[in-house]
Amino acid sequence: MHPLLTRARFGLYLLAWVPLVAILIYVLGASGNMGWAESAGLLFPLCGIYAAVCLAAWYPVKSAPLETTSVPVLLSTHLVAAALLTLLWIQLAKGLAYVLSRVPEFSKIQEHLAPQLPILFGAGFLLYLLSVSYHYVILSLEASREAEARVMETNVLAREAELKALKAQVNPHFLFNSLNSISALTSVDPGKAREMCILLADFLRMTLGLGEKNIIPLAEELNLLDRFLAIEKVRFGARLRVEEDIQEESRAILVPPLVLQPLVENAVVHGIANLTEGGCIKVSAQAQDGRLFLTVENSFDPEATSTRRNGMGLVNVRRRLEARYGSEANIQVNAAEDHFRVELSLPAETGDAPK
Amino acid sequence: MSSTRKRFGALIVDDEDLARVVIRELLCAHPEIEILAECANGFEAVKAVADHKPDLIFLDVQMPKLTGFDVLELIGTDVPVIFVTAYDQYAMRAFDVHAVDYLLKPVGKERFEAALERAKSRIGEKMPAAYELAATARPPQQFLERLVVKDGTKVTLIPVAKLDYAEAQDDYVALASQGKKHLKQQTIAGLEACLDPNAFVRIHRSYIVNLERVARIEPYGKDSRLAILADGTRLPVSKAGYGRLKSLLDERK
Repeated sequence: MHPLLTRARFGLYLLAWVPLVAILIYVLGASGNMGWAESAGLLFPLCGIYAAVCLAAWYPVKSAPLETTSVPVLLSTHLVAAALLTLLWIQLAKGLAYVLSRVPEFSKIQEHLAPQLPILFGAGFLLYLLSVSYHYVILSLEASREAEARVMETNVLAREAELKALKAQVNPHFLFNSLNSISALTSVDPGKAREMCILLADFLRMTLGLGEKNIIPLAEELNLLDRFLAIEKVRFGARLRVEEDIQEESRAILVPPLVLQPLVENAVVHGIANLTEGGCIKVSAQAQDGRLFLTVENSFDPEATSTRRNGMGLVNVRRRLEARYGSEANIQVNAAEDHFRVELSLPAETGDAPK
Repeated sequence: MSSTRKRFGALIVDDEDLARVVIRELLCAHPEIEILAECANGFEAVKAVADHKPDLIFLDVQMPKLTGFDVLELIGTDVPVIFVTAYDQYAMRAFDVHAVDYLLKPVGKERFEAALERAKSRIGEKMPAAYELAATARPPQQFLERLVVKDGTKVTLIPVAKLDYAEAQDDYVALASQGKKHLKQQTIAGLEACLDPNAFVRIHRSYIVNLERVARIEPYGKDSRLAILADGTRLPVSKAGYGRLKSLLDERK
């Protein structure tokens, strides 16, 4: 598609011709025998047609981009094209002069034009080359705009993919261990096994579904958390104790999905699982002064070797909060003697959760 | 032992009740295997091995405090071990320490039977000492964060930062930490390989010292020196050892 064939650009292109035509009229009218009227009468239609013809400069321009074409090829391409088009321009001028000579006022125009033909030739040549450079400018503008758009698009896509991947992380070991528990329960307590299957199915369905959403009410996240903890309680039995302190008003506040679950999973994997006697996980949510405060706290063994104490879960949550809230959100990690505490603070958004 | 009746004694070690249930049930089909004890953590396991002398151990890897690998290092016997874990990334390491087999959770019957067959064929076989294998099985470029020591059935964990020095004593090393000495069945070279060479220096054929503890070095005799530790302990430094010590201390400046 020719880049100038949009209304705005074509208008601009024609506008650029106006001063050129004016100069040309002046040059032809001021020298030799051609009068102003003759000059203007000839040049207006001539330049009108030539402006359209010069749009053809696009094709050699496109076939010889500045970045990849050698200078000789570049020169020869455009000089040949310029020569051809200028010949056409001269023939056009002669034809127009012939037509105009039928009008009584312009009866002498053909004679007056003849000595001016060299000037006209030069002008045609220059006009074509101007058109060529104009096209080059357009071409590079277009290329840089396209490159910019492509970079932006890839950035957006990469970030979206990343966020999606971060959201949909289900720890495979969690799955395998849960399945092992179910496998044990099938003979010991079939009812419990079925219950566990359903918990696990709910958890998976919710987690995978949340990958599609950008924001959910905190209540939904807490639902997911309940499923997760119920499953882990089956695994760890009395070793896992949970305390929840959820302010009622905070449940409607919108949060990015899976903002608490990875932290609680960390608390289980790096905290409770390393304690022979188990420990307690405390989850709290409080809304205050337009902000939401979420806390996950757990006991942990300070001597545990696990080097991944703040594993991917924390990085993951941090990045997603940054992506959504920038500096408006805040994560604080405190590792006291035998307590690990993560505090999130984010703007309390309410309203309908967009799909 | 019960070998006259062709019965084998087994231990099940896993910190999750339900995971032990699975193994117990799978063993139901094998009356020749007697479950001697079930252990919920590594400490219990080390004790149970001493008390019951099992022929076979089902051992979870991820447990609090003492991992399955720690347990294996501590029991240091020829008992065949089958690892049972949800993590497949330890499989290579498990075979490096000559585990009989490596079962992934959830554990299936067929796979379990195969592992059991292998284990039975290995019972009574002599295997390389576990404590040496554990050292070779350590992931490369990763140094120990803590040492596990067994005194009778009592297990002590010594974070490497709290290790002052180690002294070779025949087949053992004596680990000096916080005024106490703990004996561990390991060669001093084996221990040296497990420790971060930037923090621990082999100053002598028989000594490794924690660089942090070295207060000063004094000449002693013609060719040797003495390292004086912060608590006043005096350790011999060989000529080669002095070279290593000096280059490390220079680096730190």
